[in-house]
Amino acid sequence: MMDIVPQIVAGAFLFAGAFFLLAGAIGMNRMPDLFTRMHAASVGDTLGVSLMLIGMVVLGGFTLVTVKLLFLLAFLLFMGPVASHALAAAALKAGVKPILAGKQAGGGKAEGHKPRKKSAARAATSGGGKP
Amino acid sequence: MIAAALFAVLAAMALVLVRALRGPTTFDRLLAANSIGNGAILVLALFGFLTDRPEFLDLGLTYALLNYVGIFAVLKFFRLGSLGAEAEADKS
Repeated sequence: MMDIVPQIVAGAFLFAGAFFLLAGAIGMNRMPDLFTRMHAASVGDTLGVSLMLIGMVVLGGFTLVTVKLLFLLAFLLFMGPVASHALAAAALKAGVKPILAGKQAGGGKAEGHKPRKKSAARAATSGGGKP
Repeated sequence: MIAAALFAVLAAMALVLVRALRGPTTFDRLLAANSIGNGAILVLALFGFLTDRPEFLDLGLTYALLNYVGIFAVLKFFRLGSLGAEAEADKS
């Protein structure tokens, strides 16, 4: 009787984690741009992985397994944003442009110059994104 | 329950693998590789729970460390064109 409560809680956490992982994976295939794809991937990499690890913590109880899972969770939560930042910085430096960079008046990229702006706007209208 | 979660993780990894194969730039593939690495950590942990052998978690921890070190190494390579050894040699 007391055994079924952690099972249900862990199942709920695992289900939520699986939902976010699948949502992130589908988003990575549907997004039009590298930077929007990073946005979709971060959903799966933070929420999906954390919820699944928390579900396994509930399943594991107070053992060494839980400690290892919490270390894994802390490491992933530290390193995920760092890796995302490094990836975005490297992509910008290598010349990958966000396709919506030319659309905003002042808030776009600083070094986006004229001929690039036109093609970027054309790509954005075909891609269909935020206003 | 655990088997269902394992199948969900494997399905997500397959979808991300499609992006890794299709990705137009190198950074898309690198992003997909990072996500696949996170999925592999989850697969290791879940498989450990499924077979009641939690020592797979140690492999998961090691895989997480190696995954991030590898991602940073590849990113630095694509950013600088090398791993930065000669730039540091110039500085000193």
